[in-house]
Amino acid sequence: MSAATRPASPGAKALVAIAALLTILFVAAPLAYIFARAFSQGWQVYASNILNPMTLHAIWLTSIVALVVVPLNVAFGIAAAWAVAKHRFPGRGILVTMIEIPFSISPIIAGICYLLLYGRQGLLGSWLQANDLQVMFALPGIILVTMFVTAPFVAREVLPLMQAQGSEQEQAAVTLGASGWQVFRRVTLPNIKWALLYGAVLCTARAVGEFGGVSVVSGNIRGQTNTLPLHVELLFNDLNAVGAFAAASVLTLIALVALVVKTLLEARRT
Amino acid sequence: MITAAAPIRARRVLPGFTLSLGTTLLYLVLIVLIPIAALILKGAEIGPARFWAIVSSDRAVAAFRITLIAAAIATIFNAVYGLLMAWVLTRYDFPGKRLLDALMDVPFALPTAVAGLSLTALFSANGWFGAVLHPAGIPVVYTIWGIALAMAFTSVPFVVRTVQPVLEDLDRSLEAAAETLGARPWQIFAKVVFPAILPAWLAGCTTAFARSLGEFGAIVFIAGNLPFQTEIAALLAYIRLEEFDYNGAAAIALVLLGFALVLLVASNLLQNWAARHREALR
Repeated sequence: MSAATRPASPGAKALVAIAALLTILFVAAPLAYIFARAFSQGWQVYASNILNPMTLHAIWLTSIVALVVVPLNVAFGIAAAWAVAKHRFPGRGILVTMIEIPFSISPIIAGICYLLLYGRQGLLGSWLQANDLQVMFALPGIILVTMFVTAPFVAREVLPLMQAQGSEQEQAAVTLGASGWQVFRRVTLPNIKWALLYGAVLCTARAVGEFGGVSVVSGNIRGQTNTLPLHVELLFNDLNAVGAFAAASVLTLIALVALVVKTLLEARRT
Repeated sequence: MITAAAPIRARRVLPGFTLSLGTTLLYLVLIVLIPIAALILKGAEIGPARFWAIVSSDRAVAAFRITLIAAAIATIFNAVYGLLMAWVLTRYDFPGKRLLDALMDVPFALPTAVAGLSLTALFSANGWFGAVLHPAGIPVVYTIWGIALAMAFTSVPFVVRTVQPVLEDLDRSLEAAAETLGARPWQIFAKVVFPAILPAWLAGCTTAFARSLGEFGAIVFIAGNLPFQTEIAALLAYIRLEEFDYNGAAAIALVLLGFALVLLVASNLLQNWAARHREALR
């Protein structure tokens, strides 16, 4: 174990100074600039940018997507962790790798995959059209792509924890006659609740900010399928920079809240 | 001598196996595997000759080249900056350290489109940095340097967060021993610390490189997207879709998918090496 010390030598002081300076220029400045530009024409312009009906619609749509995706992702994460951590079966390793796949695939490729499956020329395209089902350029497509991109978020937080905790407590509960749901609610859930919340927070931040995949499948229909990140791009292309930064500031606030919650949860876990 | 019989413990299987595995597989198959299969099927449908013609066209080759070069620049920057950050955050105590540590999570948390918007405005002629750089004749926006900048921003935490835990775990007595033997600080770093963190550092750099190759949101803002100059591969695939050239999009996407999977395997091998290395050093 290494204990950190005050930088004593001139070399050490220089390293700390360079690291701090680079981070201020490279990370803190872009962050600060979002708010500087969003408020550059004052509070009133900012408020009217946020209250613009198209921006409000984008905020609403993004909230709907997150409200659908995050609970599904939590359910998937718990199911995957329960299956892998509490049971032995052939192919567990492959299953874990499959859960991680969406992390290494660019969201834009995910979007293309979905378009090739559900789009008009896609594998299911003619069947969907015959049944008058609209998946692409509509809410279902946006939700599906976001589910793809965020798939590993809860599972990767909960799975290692469940594995480390073993299953003796659950075995004992079963021996004492508890049912499956009782074991989960009374024994497992209290043990994993912080990791679960942590994963859900990261998943929310990612779902809200998804851009590449959604931009392929949404069709960017103003006031209909324009999520908040897409709306930022649309305003930027309309040369409404202050409006784009106002919309971006909402996303930035969500990201910062997620970071604060994450830091609090990490302090709690250690 | 009495040999104690191993306690015969009935291997009680916890309930919910079918339900949990079923839910997991259903989600994975419907959400992840079938869509990927659709891309691969589409690629197979194109046929090798046309596939090759698409991916070896001048514009596609230029896009792949720009993507690879920019990702390489970004990764080299992050290899140095990320290592510096991991070192400073584990070795020294100073005011503002926790804030600096938290800032390293910002690129992960911030939506890529927001990062792209902010970097673009920051470096354009009337932004905070552009106002200094532009008169000096260093344009960043709409050049490959802008693409590399956006890639570096979105991927730097991969290096920091992979190296940091290894540095924290490192046995400091080795360094102390080297010091008593008269080694200079940079010799200690080069001969004791660096070999120990090398696998993790390479794994982090590989992941950062993979992420850079697939980055899209941050880049479309800053790149200017000129064919043959600042058009990345992911954007070319996107343009092909908008032209309803699904074959073109699928072929380019498959090449990017291939890159991603190769790098995933490389990164996993490096991570395994790093884990074994860490055990051996304990």
